[in-house]
Amino acid sequence: MNGSGKLRMIIGRLGQSIPSVIGIIIVTFVLTRALPGDPAVYFAGPAATAESIQEIRESLGLDKSWPEQFWLYVRDLATGDLGVSVSTGFPVAEELLRRLPASLELTLLALIFSISVALPLGIAAATRPNSWVDQLCRLIVTAGVSLPVFFTGLFMIYIFYYLLGIAPSPLGRLDIIYLSPPQVTGFYTIDALLDGDLELFGAALAQLIMPAVTLGTFTLAPLARMTRGAMLQVLSSDFIRTARASGLRRSTVLYTYAFRNALLPILTTLGMVFSFMLGSNVLVEKVFAWPGIGSFAIEALIVSDYVAVQGFVLAMALLYVALNLTIDILYTLVDPRVGLDD
Amino acid sequence: MRRRDFMKTMGVAVGASAIPFLKHLPAHAAGRGDTLVVVTGNGPNSMDIQRKGTNRPAYQIAVNLYDRLVGYSTKKLPNGTMMYDYTKLEPEAAESWTIAADGKSITFKMRKGATFWDGTPITAHDVKWSFDRAVSLGGFPTVQMKAGSLEKTEQFEAVDDETFVIKLLRPSKLTLPDLGVPVPIIINSKEAKKHATDKDPWATEYLHRTPAGSGAFMLERWEPGQQTVYKRYDDWKNGPLPGIKRVIMREIPSASTRRALLEKGDADVSLDLPPKDFAELQNSGKFTITGVPIENSLAAIGLNLNFEPFKNKLVRQAIAYSVPYDQIFKQAAFERGIPMWGGKSFTPTSIEWPQPFPYDTDYGKAKSLLKEAGFADGFEVPLAFNLGLAQWSEPMSLLLQESLAKVGIKATIDKIPGANWRTAALVEKKLPMHIKNFGGWLNYPDYYSFWVYQKGRLFNSMNYHNPEVEALTEASLHLEVDHPDYEPNIKKLLAIFFDEVPLIPVYQPYLDVAMQTNVTGYEYYAHRQLDCRSFQKVQA
Repeated sequence: MNGSGKLRMIIGRLGQSIPSVIGIIIVTFVLTRALPGDPAVYFAGPAATAESIQEIRESLGLDKSWPEQFWLYVRDLATGDLGVSVSTGFPVAEELLRRLPASLELTLLALIFSISVALPLGIAAATRPNSWVDQLCRLIVTAGVSLPVFFTGLFMIYIFYYLLGIAPSPLGRLDIIYLSPPQVTGFYTIDALLDGDLELFGAALAQLIMPAVTLGTFTLAPLARMTRGAMLQVLSSDFIRTARASGLRRSTVLYTYAFRNALLPILTTLGMVFSFMLGSNVLVEKVFAWPGIGSFAIEALIVSDYVAVQGFVLAMALLYVALNLTIDILYTLVDPRVGLDD
Repeated sequence: MRRRDFMKTMGVAVGASAIPFLKHLPAHAAGRGDTLVVVTGNGPNSMDIQRKGTNRPAYQIAVNLYDRLVGYSTKKLPNGTMMYDYTKLEPEAAESWTIAADGKSITFKMRKGATFWDGTPITAHDVKWSFDRAVSLGGFPTVQMKAGSLEKTEQFEAVDDETFVIKLLRPSKLTLPDLGVPVPIIINSKEAKKHATDKDPWATEYLHRTPAGSGAFMLERWEPGQQTVYKRYDDWKNGPLPGIKRVIMREIPSASTRRALLEKGDADVSLDLPPKDFAELQNSGKFTITGVPIENSLAAIGLNLNFEPFKNKLVRQAIAYSVPYDQIFKQAAFERGIPMWGGKSFTPTSIEWPQPFPYDTDYGKAKSLLKEAGFADGFEVPLAFNLGLAQWSEPMSLLLQESLAKVGIKATIDKIPGANWRTAALVEKKLPMHIKNFGGWLNYPDYYSFWVYQKGRLFNSMNYHNPEVEALTEASLHLEVDHPDYEPNIKKLLAIFFDEVPLIPVYQPYLDVAMQTNVTGYEYYAHRQLDCRSFQKVQA
C-alpha cells in the first residue's frame, strides 16, 4: 500500500458519499415539513392571535412555497450558513460547535471505557469457554443490554452521589465552583490541560466519569460479544493450530495472530456503536445535565424547529461519512488483504 | 466533603463585600450566604423577552435584569407566602404617576438618580424607545401590550428626560397592570441603538445575547442550555437592594437529579419538580416547600362543541358530573392546588376568580342527564393531552377515562407532543375532549373569558360561542372593578360558565418551589419564574 493509493481511496470514498449527503438534505427538508406541528403557532408565544401567528410565519419564511424555501435553504447552505435556530435564537453552526464537543468528549470516554473492559473480557471469555470468566462475560453483556441507560444513570447517582457522596454532583460538565476553560477544542479536559490548569482538568474529568460509565455499560455488551465470537472463530482456525503446533508462545499466538485477525469485525462493531452512541445518548444527557447534541436535537424536533433539525441531521450525516472513512482506513492498516479499489 | 471545607475557607478569604471574578467561583451552597444556587429544568433561550421564540424561563430575565415603569406590590397569602398583588402598583423606574383628569392620558415621572448598568440615567426617551419596540416587533410582545390597550407608537411620548406620557385609546383597568407584566421592560436605548442596523432597527440580534438594562441583577455569565449567572447591580435605585449577591442558575433536565441535588444540599432552590416530589419533600419536613396558586390558571377539561354529542349542554353537564375530581386531585395533582369543584350554587355569589364550579362526582345524575340527551348508551370520544404536561395530565386522563366508562362513555387516550399540541388544540381546534391549563397574566374573569370563552380566540379550544358571553366580556373588559356594572356583568358571565360548562375546571394548580430552610423571601411573580430580588439567605 502506498500513499497515493490511500489518497485515491479517500477521495473515492468522499465522492461516493456526495449523493447520500444530497439525499439526506432533501429527505430531512421534506420530513421536517411533513411533521404535523406548526412552528409559527408555537413561536407566536403564550398570548397569540391569528395576525401575530401570520407575522411569525412570514418572518420565518414559512409562507413561501416548499421549492422556494428549499432553494433559499440550499443557497445558504452553499455558503456554509446553516441558518438560525428559532428555539434557541443562535446560528445552528454555533449551536453545533458548542454542543458537539460535549457529546464527543463524553462518547469518546465512554468508548474508551467500554473497549478497555469489553476487549479483555471478550478475549478471556473466548480462551476459556464456559469457565467463570465466560459466565461473567455473559452476565455483564446481558445486564448491559437489558438495563435502560437512564436507570443505570439514576442508579449510579443514587449510590455514588446521594448515598456514598464520593461522586461529584451531577451538574453537567463542571461543578458550580468552576468556570469553563478558554475554548480551543471544546473538550473541557483537553482545554484545561492546554490552559495548564490541572485542578480544572481533574474537575472536568470527575464530572465525566459517571455519565461515561453509564453510557459505556450499554455499549459494552455488543463489543464484548463480538470480541468473544470473533476470537472463538479465529482460535479454532487452522493457522492458529499450526502456530500452536509450531510451539509459539501462547501470548504471541493470542495477540499477534489471533487478535489481529479478529479485529476486523470488532472494528466494524466499534464504528456502529460509536455512531449510535453519539446521537442517541439523550437519556444520559438528561440525567446528568449534559449539554450534548442529542437533547438539542430532541428539543428542536419537539418544537418543530426546522432549521435546527436540518442542521443536526446534516452534521450527523457528515460525521458518519468521516467515521466510515476512518474505519475503512483502519481496515487497510489492520488487514492488508482489504483492497483499495473495491 | 472536602470541597465544602475548601469553599468555606475561600469564602472567608475573599471577604463578604466584594465578589471578584475568580477563575474558580467562590460559591457553594453551604459555603456562602450571599450566593444562591438554583436548579431548574429549563433555562432561558434568550436575553430578550420581546424576541420571537423566547421561552417561558426567559421571562425571569425581564424581571431580574430589567426594570419596568411600575411593579406589583405584594400581599401575604393565608399560608404565609408572599405573592404579587396586581391590583396595587408600586413605583419602579417611575417614581410616580398621575392619571389626567379627563382620563385620556397617564403621566409618569422618572426616578431621579436611577441609572442603567453603564451609569447613564434612565430617561423617558429610553421608555419611549422600548415601548415603541414592544408594539412594533409583532408577535407575543405586541399582543401582550395590546391587552393593556397599548397599540401604537403615537401613544407614547417622552416630554422631557423625566416625563413620559401614555395617551390612552380608551380608559381600561388593564392598562396600568399591563405595565407590570414582564413584557414592557425599559431598555438602554442609547446602548441598543449603537447596535441597530437598517435591517434590524430594534437591535434584536444584539439584545438577544446581551442585555442592556437597569435591573437589580446584571448578567455575569450565560451559557445557553447550561447555566445563567446573575450578579447584583450594587447601584440599583429602583427598589430595595437584593440580599443575594450572586445567583447561579443551573439547568438540570432530569427532575430526579434536581431533587437529589437539593437533598444533598448542593442546591438552594429547586424548581419544576413533579407534584409527587413536592408532596414527599414537604412530608420529609427538611425543606421549605412553597406552593402558590397560579393566578388565573385552571387545570381543566375542554369539551369541543364541534363534536356532535358535546353540542348538547346536557351531555357537557353529564361529563362534569362524571369527573372523578377527588381522585384526580389526590392522585394526579398530589393535592398541590386548590379544588375547583363542589361549588354550592349555580348562581355565583361572588365575583372571585377562579371559584369552584357547582359540580361533583355523581354518576347517577350523569347517567340520567345522558339519557335525557338521548345518549343513554353512551358514545366514543378521543381524549387528548399534551405530552409536555404528562406529569399530571396523563394520570388525570387515565382516571377520567376510567370514570367515563362507568357512565357508558368510551374514551380513547391520545397523547400529543409539544408543537403539535398548539396546532391541533389551539389553532385547528379539532380535539373533541382535551386536558388544558391556560393561565392569563391579569387575573380578571373577563380577561380569562377574553382568551378562553370568546369566539375564535386562540385558547378557546372548545369552539365555544355564545353571543351573551361575547357581549358581557366586551362590556366588562375595560371597566374598573368598582364600576356599578362590573359585578352584575361578571356574575352573569360566571353563571353562564357554570351552566354551559364547555370547560370543566378541576383544580387551580400551585406553583411549587422547594428550598433549603435557610432560604427565605421567596415571592411569587406573575410570570411563574424566579424573581431573585427578594431572596435572603441565612448563613448556615
